[in-house]
Amino acid sequence: MATLHLQKHVDYIKSLDKKSDFDSLVTEHLRMSGAYWGLTAMDLMGHLADMDANEIVAWLLKCQHDCGGFGGNHGHDPHVIYTLNAVQILALFDKLNAVDADKIAAYIAGLQNEDGSFSGDEWGEIDTRFSYCAICCLSLLKRLDKIDLKKATDFVARCKNFDGGFGCTPGGESHAGQIFCCVAALAIAGALHHVDKDLLGWWLCERQVKSGGLNGRPEKLPDVCYSWWVLSSLVIMNRVHWIDKKKLEEFILDCQDSENGGISDRPDDAVDVFHTFFGVAGLSLLEYPGVKAIDPAYALPVDIVDRIFYGQENGFTDKL
Amino acid sequence: MDREEGEDWEPLRARPAWADVVPIPQDDGPRPVVPIAYTDQFREVMDYFRAILAKDERSSRALELTAEVIALNSANYTVWHFRRLVLEALRSNLEEELDFIESVAENNFKNYQIWHHRRWVAQKLGVGAVSGELEFTEIVLLDDAKNYHAWSHRQWVLQELGGWEGELDFCSRLLEKDVYNNSAWNQRYFVVTKSPLIGGLQAMREHEVHYCVDAIKAAPMNESPWRYLRGLFKGDQDALAHNPLVVAACIEEIRKDASCVQALSLLVDLLGAGFRPTPSDTELLHQPVSSPAALASNVCTHLENVDAMRARYWAWRRSLLPSTTPVS
Repeated sequence: MATLHLQKHVDYIKSLDKKSDFDSLVTEHLRMSGAYWGLTAMDLMGHLADMDANEIVAWLLKCQHDCGGFGGNHGHDPHVIYTLNAVQILALFDKLNAVDADKIAAYIAGLQNEDGSFSGDEWGEIDTRFSYCAICCLSLLKRLDKIDLKKATDFVARCKNFDGGFGCTPGGESHAGQIFCCVAALAIAGALHHVDKDLLGWWLCERQVKSGGLNGRPEKLPDVCYSWWVLSSLVIMNRVHWIDKKKLEEFILDCQDSENGGISDRPDDAVDVFHTFFGVAGLSLLEYPGVKAIDPAYALPVDIVDRIFYGQENGFTDKL
Repeated sequence: MDREEGEDWEPLRARPAWADVVPIPQDDGPRPVVPIAYTDQFREVMDYFRAILAKDERSSRALELTAEVIALNSANYTVWHFRRLVLEALRSNLEEELDFIESVAENNFKNYQIWHHRRWVAQKLGVGAVSGELEFTEIVLLDDAKNYHAWSHRQWVLQELGGWEGELDFCSRLLEKDVYNNSAWNQRYFVVTKSPLIGGLQAMREHEVHYCVDAIKAAPMNESPWRYLRGLFKGDQDALAHNPLVVAACIEEIRKDASCVQALSLLVDLLGAGFRPTPSDTELLHQPVSSPAALASNVCTHLENVDAMRARYWAWRRSLLPSTTPVS
């Protein structure tokens, strides 16, 4: 029976720091996301302390532009995705005080459109992914009041389809990734009433295929990343018991590279940090022993989220 | 990954047209968090690009350079941003830009940056771009019929620029090739509900029910048409439960295959929405004559067995049914 090769994955992620191959090269523009995936996975596995927080934060801060937004790496334009990832990384290291929350909030608020949707950046691409990034980021910064939240959630609600799922824009095909973004955004915004939990829950549990893995749309192949997107949505809607958890766990464990560490999209494929994170996050939601709990909406460890919302300033201490 | 390696590439430092530019190396700091070794070509092209970016030089050589960067890494969103700025400054021919995008897209049909750039160009070209954009997305979908970006772009084109006339046929053609294509089913719903040329969902419902039923007969285990069928009757469960075509198709599929999960699932929905099976219906289902609630309960129990992966879901569905225990 397969087990989680936790130390191998820890070593794999640490090795990415020193990676010098072409793949690292062509993904340098999204290094902020790569760092978020790697660091969050490290924390879930209890090894965040192995990373050099000061070095990472120093690099991260240099990715911020005057407008308040963050780029994917030095020399890259600001974008709402990397702005969220930057704030998530700072949250992991308890360094949210290193940034001006109002400045970031102003950048994000500036990306909201008349219809409530959010553009990814000044170039105007609209996608419910960006609604999630905006709402999640502002919530972590406790600045949700800086946008028109009702309009934002109304737009997300308009992206609901006949099958109960959500797409990138109104009418866009239901896709597990987009569904996570919409359900999580609505959950954070306190607007889950827009979700038909029974109908969507059924659509989501139908993503589980014979091998136990999850796909993202009907008749597509299973992929470990959907272990996160489908699962987190089900957890938020209190319907995760509708899938066969044991079979999914087996599928994720099958996607490990037990020799070199890391997790891939499906068994025997090449590993990458993206799938390593989503595999570990999926196992976390399945309450796999040895992995910390992850918040299904914020996609950060629960204790990190608790620290933000129930931390020292409210007078809570460890003793309570 | 796209890359332009080979002996026919001339280093920028050797080109006279670039003699005045001082390339800027990647600033990874004294002890870089993520140090990366570059291939010579990649490194040089990026160094020169950084120099042009720092100068904000919006010239024709800058435009060519963005093309070289894109050829090496088309996912680098910053270079696309800058290319747009240069195109605007040079007032470049945007029809030609569409050709450029097509050449870059060949190996990169799942690249967000390419699609967004295409949309930006198409928006500037306006209504004249309609047929070209529908053609382009059709080519992409020929290669990958479920490409999410292509469908999203197509929906944008239809709503922003028009071109609805042939869209329902387009969906039909794709479904003829692969009736399991969920994207095409979704697009069908999109057309039926949003096209200004069609009468809307109510007007089209009977036609679409026929279409669905034919698709179900061809491939009963296909998730999409069963969901689509429910979607046609959203908010009107009563009409669903009393539609003779729907009922007949459902019962027929169960008769053919007693473990057809999709049909069994629909039967539970129909019973819950007021469908009252006739004696011959229940005979076809190999069920004893009983109340609709009892029948639904039996079907749910049956589903817990034939769709064991989702046993808890079916148990929950059964728990929602009105009690079949007579009140004494």
